[in-house]
This record gives sequence, C-alpha cells and structure tokens, in this order.
Amino acid sequence: MIFNIVRKELKSMFASPLGWAILAILSFIFGLYFTNSVGNYFDVMSGAIRPAERTGVTSFVGSAVYGLASFIMLFSVPLLSMRLISEERRSQTLPFLFSAPLSLTEIVVGKFIGLVVFLSLIIIYLALMMSTLNVWADIDFGFIAANTIGLILLVASFSALGLYFSSLTSQPVVAAILTFIALFALMILDRFLAGDPSNTVSYMSLMQHFQNFSRGLVDTADLAYFFLFITTFLVLTIRRLDADRLRG
Amino acid sequence: MQVNRERIAMSNITVDAIELTRLYGGRAVVSDVSFNLKQGEVLGFLGPNGAGKSTTMKMLTGNLAPSAGSVKICGIDMIEKPREAKALIGYLPEMRPLYKELTVDEYLTIAARLHKVSGKHIKKAVENAKARCGLSNMSKRLIENLSNGYQQRVGIAQAIIHSPMVVILDEPTVGLDPIQIRDIRTLIKEIGKEHSVILSTHILPEVEMVCDHVQIIDKGKLVFNGGIDVLKRSRIGNKLLVGFKGAPQADALLGIAGVTEVESLESGMVRVRFAEGKNPSQSIVEASVKNGWGLYQIAPDQTSLEDVFVQLTYHDAAAEAEAA
Repeated sequence: MIFNIVRKELKSMFASPLGWAILAILSFIFGLYFTNSVGNYFDVMSGAIRPAERTGVTSFVGSAVYGLASFIMLFSVPLLSMRLISEERRSQTLPFLFSAPLSLTEIVVGKFIGLVVFLSLIIIYLALMMSTLNVWADIDFGFIAANTIGLILLVASFSALGLYFSSLTSQPVVAAILTFIALFALMILDRFLAGDPSNTVSYMSLMQHFQNFSRGLVDTADLAYFFLFITTFLVLTIRRLDADRLRG
Repeated sequence: MQVNRERIAMSNITVDAIELTRLYGGRAVVSDVSFNLKQGEVLGFLGPNGAGKSTTMKMLTGNLAPSAGSVKICGIDMIEKPREAKALIGYLPEMRPLYKELTVDEYLTIAARLHKVSGKHIKKAVENAKARCGLSNMSKRLIENLSNGYQQRVGIAQAIIHSPMVVILDEPTVGLDPIQIRDIRTLIKEIGKEHSVILSTHILPEVEMVCDHVQIIDKGKLVFNGGIDVLKRSRIGNKLLVGFKGAPQADALLGIAGVTEVESLESGMVRVRFAEGKNPSQSIVEASVKNGWGLYQIAPDQTSLEDVFVQLTYHDAAAEAEAA
C-alpha cells in the first residue's frame, strides 16, 4: 500500500514544472562543478611536486562535488518538501487519503519515500557522473558508495524534517521557510562550538555526521543518528495528522 | 456481541451510527445522532447551514473521530478496524478532493489503486466509473481545465470507483446546471439500487426525488428520521385547494360528504379540509356543475417542503426553549 502512495507522490512531482525544473537546475550545477573540478585537478596536481601533496582524483573531485551537493540540497529539499502535506491541506485533498483504506503511517511514510526516491535520482546521477572518471583513471568506488549512502541519508533527514513542517501549516511557503531555517540551524550547529570537538551540541549537527561519510567512512553511530532523526520526525508528522482527526 | 453481529448481517444494515457525538471545545456540534441504513436505500440528510451535516459525514467516513458513540459499516467498527471499514465506503466531501495537476484517467487510477482495486481490474473500474458519470470523452483532460460540473462528476466517479457498499456524498449537486443535476440524480438512484447512499443537501425537492429515507438534523440533533412517504404525507395532508368563479356559502360546501372544514383565502380560493380517506373532489365538482359555482381549479393543497422543514426545525427550537 505504501508503494501506491509513493507512486502517487512521484506522479504529482513529475506533473508539476517545479520537479522538472529542480532536476534540471541541479544536474546543470553538478555537471558544471564536476567538469570544473576535473580541470582543477590537473592544475593543482601539476603544481604539487612532492608526492605527499598529491591526492587521488576520486577524493579530489568527489569531496568538491559532494560537498557542494550537501549544501545545494539544503535549498532544494525545502522547495520540494513544502507541498507534501500543506498543499493537500490547502486544496482540501487530505480527505481523499484519509477516507481510503490506509493508515496514517502508510500515508506519511509513503510521502516520505516518494520524496527520497525523487531526490535519489539526482544522487544516483551524481554517482554515475563520478564513475565516468573510471574511463581514464582507476577510481575508488568505495568512496563514491560511502558518499552516495551519506548523501541519501542526509537528504532523507532533510525530507523528514521538511515533511513535518509541511504538516504544521496550510501555506507551502511558510513550510519551506521554516524547514530551511531549521535545517540551516542544524547544519551550522557544530560551527558555533568548533573550539571544543567533543561537545554534545555538535553531535546533534547533521553536518557532523555527514562528514564521516564524505571521507568514505560508514560508521554505525552515524547510521543510527540519521535513522533516529528520520524516525523522530516521521512519528511527529503522524501524530500531527492524527491530531487533525481527533481534534478536527 | 455475536448475536448483535448476526442481527446486522441478517437485516443487511450497511451503516449503523450509534449515539454519535462530537464536541468542539465543549460545544456539541453533533449530539446523540443514531440511525441505520439498509442495503439499497438512499438516505437524504437535510439541515440548515451549520447543523452538523458535514461533521456527521466526516465521522461516518472516519475523517473525524467522534467524541462519543460509534459507527459500524456492515458490522465493522470504524474506530477499531478503520481500514476494513473504510474499504467499504466511497466518500465525496463537500470540497472536492481533486489533484488538479493530473488528468482524469490518472486521478481515477490512483483512486482505484488506493482503494485496493486489484491490478487487473483497475482499467475496467476506471472505464466503468467514467461511463457511469458521463466522463468517457474527458479521459485525457487535466482536471484543472474541466468545468465545475465535470469536476464534480470526477469527484463522484472517485467515490464509486471501487463499488463500495456505502456511498457518502456531501452536497453532490452544488454548482451544477439543471441538466447535470438531473443526470446526477439519476446516477444516485442507480447507485442506490445496489448500494446504500447517504447524501446531504439543502435542496428539498431533490430529497423527495431521490431519497427513500430522510433525516433532518438541526443544531446537531436529529429532529426527523423516517421514510420519505411520511414526509410526503405531512406535506400533502387532507386538503384541497378549490377555485370558484362564484364562490358558494361555506355551509353549502360543508354539506358535501367528507368535508370537515372550509376556509376562504385572500386569493379568492377556498381551502377545503376533509376526513381521512374521504376525498370529496368528485362530489365538489358535481355540486359545482349542478349549482353553477363556476369551478375553475381543484387540486390537492400541498404545504411546501420548506414549510415542513421550518416547522420541524422551529418546533425543536421551541421545545428547547421550554425545557430551559
């Protein structure tokens, strides 16, 4: 049943120009940045005389592209997640889902997966773009896999938070702004306390956990963090929608 | 419990609402509404604005949790087993829940899928629903570009696509032109033959045309619950409206067998009341011809449905004032 909601979400995502526009803009930016980084690699490496200064092409181009991707997603996820529930609230289409034989969990999780699948298209596209380097270099596929997993988890966390804020209001724009502010705060949380690397607050930061993935390290602690983050906001969303039914 | 369920199964009760109550901030919008509906019946839900029609419908479809009471659809409790119960319902809310960026076909396919129509039958279900709602040549149109009336048809198609046991329509004929209204009434009657239909409206003649049962709700309470014939009888009463060119004396009319009361109206007509089962029309006509009263009109005197409606809702208000 969840699958049907996912299909419905993807269908309306591709039925609106916004979905296509975001896909197009993102692939344009990433493509441009990718070619730039590849060019840069030769400039930088020809300047690096000692072997210790030299890095592999995967990590050089990869860290540039994936670093940018995580930042760009901060802007694009709120734009896509804003309409998930608030748009349905505004156009009064929620009863359509509520009177179908579905549980609230199925509706919320379906919408969440729909958005993550959509965003994963861009992430897979990124991974394919990185893999083309293999034509002339021997690249590190493990590094790309870790980054891909990390980026999908990061984007999934963004989406879960965006979905929750979308359930709070019937104004998509308000949802987008709230999501953006919350995400931005969570991203830069660790910057404030950079002096003390072991502080608890920076452990809450999304970026802190993404950084391990971007170095090619898949740590269960980070997996657990993302998993808990996503679950928390999905549960909050379900509770918010249930309150609609109870309180009206 | 077991006995109860058997009773329900035997009498084909599709909707069973038991003492439904809904409070908003301590104020009861719907209080103690109980009724049931059998298979093959069309129930009309009447009431002034804000009487609690839509709230009741939301509770019946599981969109709103009742503060007290329960709903059973074909014996399945809406609160305990919402999924099984919702699968038996098709619902068109007051605001049409349409995804306007999709085409009619896309939208109906999604509706069929969400209502668990099996993959093989989806195409057939969509075609069938479109044919029944007169949407067959609108398949590829975006819902956004359809006229108001056609959007309403898509809404109804969405509600009947999985051929549910109970179809609940909240003001289905609002904003339609007369021809479309007629089409949709025919459609509702047709659906009502196999399934149960509940529809709310404040167009009174519509109820008389379509429904078998009528409920009038006012200020959250049921003030009338019964067959349409009961309502019709209270409408028609034992009255005749008679027009004479040269009106006779009241005594002359009272002399006719069956006539119990004669009343002259401002319009120059005469209202004649008669005893139950003794319609004196024939005798009045004969007497008129004999005495040259110049009869030019004779018809049953109908109280308008509006009057009946006002009476019922007014009585309730009076009773409430008395109680307080």
